[in-house]
Parts: sequence; structure tokens; C-alpha cells
Amino acid sequence: MSFLDLKNVTKIYPNGTKAVHETSLSIDEGEFMVFVGPSGCGKSTLLRMVAGLEDITEGDINLDGKLINEVDPSERDVAMVFQNYALYPHMNVYNNLAYGLKNRGIDKETIEQKVNDAAKLLQISDYLQRKPSMLSGGQRQRVAMGRAIVRNPKIFLFDEPLSNLDAKLRIQMRLEIKKLQQKVGVTSIFVTHDQVEAMTLADRLAVINNGIIEQLGTPIEIYDNPKSLFVAGFIGSPQMNFLDGNLKNKILSAEGFEIKDINTDFEGEVTLGIRPEHLSQTENGLINLNVDLVEQLGSDNLVYGQLKNKKDFCYRCPGNQTIEKGSNLSLNIENNKYYIFDKSTGKRVN
Amino acid sequence: MKIKPLQIIAHIILILGVLLMVVPIWISFASSSHDSVTILTEGMKFHIGDQLARNYNEVLNEKGGWSEEVTAAKMFINSFIMALGIATLKVVISAMSAYALVYYRFKLAVPIFWLIFITLLVPLEVRIFPSYKIVSDLGLTNSYTGLILPLVASATATFFFRQFYKTIPDELLESAKLDGANAWSFFIDFLVPLSKTMIAAMFIFMFVYGYSQYLWPLIMTTAEEYWTVVMGMKIIYTESYEGVALPRTAERFAYIILSMIPPVLVVVFLQKWFIKGLIQTEK
Ligand SMILES: Nc1ncnc2c1ncn2[C@@H]1O[C@H](COP(=O)(O)OP(=O)(O)O)[C@@H](O)[C@H]1O
Ligand SMILES: [Mg+2]
Repeated sequence: MSFLDLKNVTKIYPNGTKAVHETSLSIDEGEFMVFVGPSGCGKSTLLRMVAGLEDITEGDINLDGKLINEVDPSERDVAMVFQNYALYPHMNVYNNLAYGLKNRGIDKETIEQKVNDAAKLLQISDYLQRKPSMLSGGQRQRVAMGRAIVRNPKIFLFDEPLSNLDAKLRIQMRLEIKKLQQKVGVTSIFVTHDQVEAMTLADRLAVINNGIIEQLGTPIEIYDNPKSLFVAGFIGSPQMNFLDGNLKNKILSAEGFEIKDINTDFEGEVTLGIRPEHLSQTENGLINLNVDLVEQLGSDNLVYGQLKNKKDFCYRCPGNQTIEKGSNLSLNIENNKYYIFDKSTGKRVN
Repeated sequence: MKIKPLQIIAHIILILGVLLMVVPIWISFASSSHDSVTILTEGMKFHIGDQLARNYNEVLNEKGGWSEEVTAAKMFINSFIMALGIATLKVVISAMSAYALVYYRFKLAVPIFWLIFITLLVPLEVRIFPSYKIVSDLGLTNSYTGLILPLVASATATFFFRQFYKTIPDELLESAKLDGANAWSFFIDFLVPLSKTMIAAMFIFMFVYGYSQYLWPLIMTTAEEYWTVVMGMKIIYTESYEGVALPRTAERFAYIILSMIPPVLVVVFLQKWFIKGLIQTEK
């Protein structure tokens, strides 16, 4: 059994909303797991069940070899960082960090030691006497982290902790969280709706949709090998291009072109997915793109345009290529990197 | 700095308001420092006279009542104890019952809340006979407990605490739980410090409420040693004077001034807390 084990966990709220469906998941000790999915998909619910803040309707959760379904949150030895930080407004930073330790009956000197160590690690030693209302967003974030770290819990839970920060700070804190987790080595679950955050932080990633884990794997596995239309569309930026097509006798007829010798026996209506970065310009390529707009990011250009049938399409090319608005590009798919999904079920077929 | 006409008008209104409240008190105070004869013959006074110490000493220490044993000082102490008991218990009980109503989401929380709320419609005066019956059956007449106990439940305070607790974000509770707080420590370590402004305000209101109780102590107490200030006020006004004695107007004013001191002290003492809470939003 692994460190944290979820077995057929289901959550139905009292109002009948089924937020999590029979989810099973194992997380190893020291692993950084990220739950990613659109808003309302049930990722917070899943996290809160691990924390003990929501009852588990069905299924079992084991932490460190112990069934914790009925264990009170205060006894689970988990720490959580909330989206709005939930710092204690009437306590200074020192007491915010010390509170959990005091409740565990730890003696004063040890508490002081631990708080000071955590404060140093997070560079908040200078603010220990301040109230949370006198701190900036980034500092509050650190205090929230400090409050989690200082107790040395079995598991860290993060519920979108970066979404209240501005873009620059968010990237900086993302990096710090990752570094910190590697340094402290505590098993962590991080919830986010931002796929970039998910990809950069995760050892392993669970893509969640409608209360179901659609795919579980390392970020690269999921990027390279999405198992469903949803995952393919959710992971990767800019988003994967999707075209309608029909598959018969291993031949795919898409909108205005054909691909032969496809490695599948599936026949019928399909969706063809091509990532913008898996295309290159050639003569007489498969795809003809009328360029509408070019976004120059410096390292890359994002070329937006339309296919012959007016379908929107995106192509990503190195920044040193100059592409004129209104020009016509002929593109090929590199290394047969395309994804074919059953149109009715969204399942990958190639 | 330029003064706008609007500010001048606002200040005039405020000054008028202050005068309206302060002048009667000043007149009472000034009048309490004269001889009763002077006031009877010349009317109320604006300036301080020379009888201040004598009048106040008389009021505080003169023994009165049928038993000739109760003093005004004793009545102030009684009222203070009663008001303090009522205010403290009202605040404690309302804060705790609001805590139960908001955080323990048991099925009957809403009906119970409305039941408490409905008691606003039945103040003590309305239920005075049953209340008296209960208290006297318990043998609590002529005791501080009897004076205080029937008045300690407060729908108003419960309502205000409930509304306040509802504004406290759930994450705070959840976060505290994960930090190992139990139900009691969440109340003491979080709700009490977060609502201290509210507690101070409630305490002030409830103290004044308790202090100005008249009917209940009147019914409850037969022993003079439990008389309260407001009862005493009535007594000194209806004091009968046989023969040539004059009504002791100056002493009455002194009594009134003295009777205002305890509530004023409470307000002065708590207002620092109260205002600090108001300007320093901590949420
Ligand atoms: N307390 C609740 N009562 C009823 N439904 C809820 C409650 N909390 C969340 N939900 C519903 O459960 C689903 C999942 O919510 P949540 O886990 O918060 O999603 P996410 O964190 O992925 O945005 C949503 O449809 C939401 O409306
Ligand atoms: Mg959420």
C-alpha cells in the first residue's frame, strides 16, 4: 500500500451534486501530485476529503497505513494552504505559525525554535510580529506556507494557493513551492485549474473532469500521450487544434486532406488533434493555412489563421521565421504526431 | 484649511446636540451643590454653590428606608452588581448560544433560532408573574441571583452574535481544525478575540439595560438591603415630609448625578476597546 491511498472514493453532497465519482488513486511518500481540471470538476472536493473537511460518501482513504475516513481533521496530521490563505487575522505571524504547535502541547522553546526555522526558510523572519493585514499578498502566501511547514505534517494540501497573486509573483511562488517541497520532502497534493502551473509543479498529474480522473501520469506522459479528447484539449498551450474527420480502412479523411496507414482498426466519425508546435512548413504540405494574425512572443511566433473550410487553426513556429499576415502557409505534421479520438466517446483510438 | 459652509452647518448641529444633552446634566449638577432652600426659592442653578460636599455626603451615607439602615451607597452597589451580572451573563450566554446555532449545523438550529428570536416579543414585563413565581419557588427572592437570573437570556445579543459569526469565513474554522483546534478552543481563540468590539458594545448596552431595571427589582425585593438605584430614585421623590421639613431638592439632584456614574464609567472604560475595534478592521 502506498503512502496515501484513495479507493473508490465518491462524494455526493447533501443537495445531490455528485462531485467525485469512484476515484482511486495512490500517492507515494514524498511525491508532488497535482490535481488539475476546469472549475467545478471536483478537485477541491477530493482534496477536502483527504483533509477531513468533507465527509466521504463512499470509499476508503488510507494515509500512512491507517484508514482515516472517520478520523477528525485535527487528528489527521495534514496541513492545508487555502486559496485565500485563511490566516488568523487577530494573531501576529509568529502566533499564526505557533498556533498548531501549541495545540499539540509542544513546549515553548521547541515552538520558538520551529517557528524561527520555518520563518527563516520562508524569509518571513522580519515580519513575525506583524498582523496578516499588514502584509502583502506574497508575504501572506509565505505565512500560509509557513503555517503548513512548521508542523511537519504527513501531507501538504494546496487548494489553488497561487490564484490570488499577480502573474509575476505567481510564477515566482510556483518556483519557490517546488523548491521548498523538494527541500522538505513532504508528500503534497496541489490543486489548480491552470495547466501550466500543473505541468511545472507536478511529479505526477491527475487530470480531472466531471468528478472523474481522466488521466494520471507524469506531465510529459500526459502531454505526449493524452488518452482522451478532454485531456488533449486541456493540457498544452496554445490549445491543440481539433478537426473533424472520418476513419475507414486505416485512412483518415479530414477537412481537405487524407492521412493513410493509421495504426488503428477503428472506423467511423473521429476528431483529429494536432498540436500547434507539431507542425512545420513544407512545399505541398497537407494543411493550407491562411494567416490572420501573428503573435510574436520572441522565442516563438503563434500564427493564427483559417483552413480552406474557414476552420480556425493555430501554428507555432520559431521566433526567427517572419510570417506575413495574409500569407498562405503549407504545413505538414511532424513525425506523425497527431491524435485521433472517437468522436462519440472522446477516447483516443490511434 | 478652508472651512466649507456644510461643515459649519454640521458643526452647529453637532454643538446643538451636545448642548441638548449636556445642559440638563450640568443644571442638575450645579443645582446639587446648593442649599435646598436656595433652589426652592430661586429655582435651578447654573453655577456651582457651596453645599456640594455636604449634599453628596448626606446622600451617600444617610440611612433611610423603614429600617433606617439602607444607604444610597448600598443601592449603587446593588445596582452595579445586578447590572454587571446581567451584562456579563447576557454576553457570555448569547455568544455561546450563537456559536452553537451557527457552527453546529444540527437540524433544529433554525427553529431554535426563531424561538429565541420570538422571545423579543415577550420582555420581562410581560412574563413578570410566571417569572416571579419561578424565582420565588426557587427561594431566590431577596438575592442577587434572583435579581440577575431571569434577565440573562438575550435574543438581541444572540441575534447580533449570530450575524457576526456568519460573516467569519469558513476557511478560518477549517484551518483552525487542521491546526488541531477543538470546538472550545475555536470559540476562545478565534470567535472571542475576533468579536471583542461586539462584546464591548453588547456589554455596554446590556449594562445600561440591567442598571435601569425598575419593575423586576421592585417585585423581587422585600428586604431593603437589595434595593436598587432606580427604586431609590422613586423613594426619594415620594418621601413624605411631616411638619415643617422641606423637600430635599438639592439632595435629589445629587442622587441623580451619582446614579449616572456607574454606567458612564462602563462606557468610558470600554470605549477604548470599542473604538479600537471599529477603526482597525481585522478581517
Ligand atoms: N458544499 C457543497 N454543496 C453542494 N455542492 C457543492 C458543494 N461544494 C461544491 N459543490 C459542487 O461540487 C462540484 C465540485 O466542486 P469543487 O470540488 O469545489 O470544484 P473545483 O474545486 O474543481 O472547482 C461543483 O459542481 C460544485 O458546485
Ligand atoms: Mg476549488
